[in-house]
Amino acid sequence: MSELTVTLLRFGFLALLWIFIAAVVVSQARDLTVSGRARSASRERTRAAVAADEPERRRPAPTPQPRQAAPTTGGARHRPQQLVVLEGPLAGSSYQLSAAPVMLGRSTEATVPLEDDYASGRHARLFPQGSRWFLEDLGSTNGTFVEGQKLSRAAAVEPGVRFRVGRTVMELRQ
Amino acid sequence: MSSTAPAAAHDAAARPRPRRLTELLLLLLALGIGVGANILVDPEQLDKDASHIVMSGSVLGLGALLVHVVLWARARYADPYLLPLAVALNGLGLAMIHRIDLSTGQTAANTQVVWTGVAMAVCCVVLWLLKDHRRLRNVTYIMLLLSAVLLVLPMVPGLGVEINGARLWISVAGRTFQPGEIAKITLAVFFAGYLSTNRDLILLAGRKIGPVRLPRFRDVAPMLAAWAIAIGVLVLQKDMGTAIMFFGLFLAMIYLATGRLGWIVLGVVLMLVGGFAASRFFTHVSLRLDAWLDAFNPEVYNRSPGGSAQIVQGLFGLASGGLFGQGLGQGRPDLVSYSNSDMIITAFGEELGLIGLGAILIMFLLFATRGLRAALGTRDAFGKLLAAGLSALMVLQLFIVIGGVTRLLPLTGLTTPFMSAGGSSLLSNWIIVAILLAISHSARRPVVTGPASDEDLATIEARRRARAEQRTQGSDAADREPATEPTRSAALSSSAAAPHHAGDSFDAPDTGSATEAMSRISDRSDGPAAGERAASRDTDDAAAAATTGGDAARGGTRAASSGGPEQKNEPAQGEAEQEGGTP
Repeated sequence: MSELTVTLLRFGFLALLWIFIAAVVVSQARDLTVSGRARSASRERTRAAVAADEPERRRPAPTPQPRQAAPTTGGARHRPQQLVVLEGPLAGSSYQLSAAPVMLGRSTEATVPLEDDYASGRHARLFPQGSRWFLEDLGSTNGTFVEGQKLSRAAAVEPGVRFRVGRTVMELRQ
Repeated sequence: MSSTAPAAAHDAAARPRPRRLTELLLLLLALGIGVGANILVDPEQLDKDASHIVMSGSVLGLGALLVHVVLWARARYADPYLLPLAVALNGLGLAMIHRIDLSTGQTAANTQVVWTGVAMAVCCVVLWLLKDHRRLRNVTYIMLLLSAVLLVLPMVPGLGVEINGARLWISVAGRTFQPGEIAKITLAVFFAGYLSTNRDLILLAGRKIGPVRLPRFRDVAPMLAAWAIAIGVLVLQKDMGTAIMFFGLFLAMIYLATGRLGWIVLGVVLMLVGGFAASRFFTHVSLRLDAWLDAFNPEVYNRSPGGSAQIVQGLFGLASGGLFGQGLGQGRPDLVSYSNSDMIITAFGEELGLIGLGAILIMFLLFATRGLRAALGTRDAFGKLLAAGLSALMVLQLFIVIGGVTRLLPLTGLTTPFMSAGGSSLLSNWIIVAILLAISHSARRPVVTGPASDEDLATIEARRRARAEQRTQGSDAADREPATEPTRSAALSSSAAAPHHAGDSFDAPDTGSATEAMSRISDRSDGPAAGERAASRDTDDAAAAATTGGDAARGGTRAASSGGPEQKNEPAQGEAEQEGGTP
């Protein structure tokens, strides 16, 4: 073998090593974000445009609103906005609901402090999901009841459905 | 779907892809490096006697292909870079060992080729059996016992062999094996299993002295026992390198689990104290220290046991390599003793130069980052600790070896992962590859990550109808789909892509959901936040089951079985407990 070939092969091999590294680095660039959270933000922005183009293909489901990445903000427009107290010590008062989960209870740290002796300190929790609010008992002494049924797990609460925490009866309104 | 390019792009970005083709392409490149290096060390061999080149190339190639095929079948979403990187490093190691054989007349390369084949086969077996890495968590204490046995094995009379003053090997049927190499994996599994269970106890229970909270003794006792066994045995066996590596593994894992820098500070102080004590009490340690600090002293250089000739020759080798190296097969790495095992890094430095050695180090770095990436991506604490611990182990081992040969640290005999001649080291590193691949599969596999929405439920309903239609047509093609198809989970995933690929996964079954459901159950134990999410998910699953009705064999019911027992007796409960009592 000539001197030139040997030299070329020598440098060619070093180049091959670095080409391999470059190939690995370049092809992995896309998944260096953890769980694609960084991407979902930009996806959110473009989704509106795409959805406008093709509403029927992208929504095989009969639900009217597009699905959002963050569950707490999904379908916010169609979610009930108001929590109204119908019976109990605070009867007549109402609370504005935002996208944040709401804690019901007697404790002062509760989002909706109920002056109800039959409610536990941290009694129940309302949290938004998609277009609905879900009610979840937080291990209260007296339980949380939706339409007379005791909650054993989180359940969706439709507007107009009465639920009871201690002696306070509430419902959601649009 | 092709009509809208943006939508398709979204789909591709959001849905995890197996990326096995990327792996295949990179594997070809890695094999090119391995075989190319083997040819370049002595191109004339190609004409005279190419048998070794053909054999090592085919073992490496077939082994890599076998692992690749197993990944297709068992862990489709595994990391696509780990395998090519390991194959490239292994191929380079084979070539360098072969090259040193040519100058010294040894036959280490043939043995190494055999071990490469064995190690890759074992890697496949581990991958095949270890579908879910969490199974290793069930054998936490067995792993502790196994580590102790493996470490003590070389001290059993008749079985253990003493080579170069260290009693690290056992001899079985004429072959020597270093059980300590396997023990590093079993110890890592034990640490991960123990810490993932008892992390909170170690962090929160115990007395507070000043600003430091000391863990209770009984919470850390098993850890300390493992540490004492490892270090004690290795000190008795006179292997300081492995002892430092195990100590580092212990520190790394406890730091990973607790996030307290205090452990590292404490550990480094202990290590320095231990090192100082060892240099006083053990002559071989003080000789090593001398050879490190005073390497160029002729007296130290020429000393018969524990001289610095090896280190200094290695440094000369690195120096003669310079920036671009002498070229493969052109240097004199054979002048350094143990140039094919402990000192293989200097052999590479001499023949490939700083640029080539840098490439090798970057390959190791990439390997470790992929391990850490798997740790970041996986959802269970055990997997996180194990993947990160194994990556840390590899980095630590490299640091000790390369620090040793470049005179940054005292030289201690450790192997360079994947490269050094030595079957046990190769075997243990390929097992690490298998475990990391299994963890990365569970990290990248699509699973349910958030609560289901109305839309998901509608999708499930639509798919149920589609299936019902299919069944009435007498076709059960859906049943024959591969069991790993993760379609249901993809459809249920809270990522924004769910609506669009729901369309194309319409007729696919969701046989893959069983494992996903399992993983969600175990998620629930991870923390209060996860618990809340899981609870709300169950609600949706229950709703899904309700809509699915009697379609018991497949579909949403499968998912509902994850929340099964509670859900089944819910109606009864609701009627029985009509009213709550007084406070």
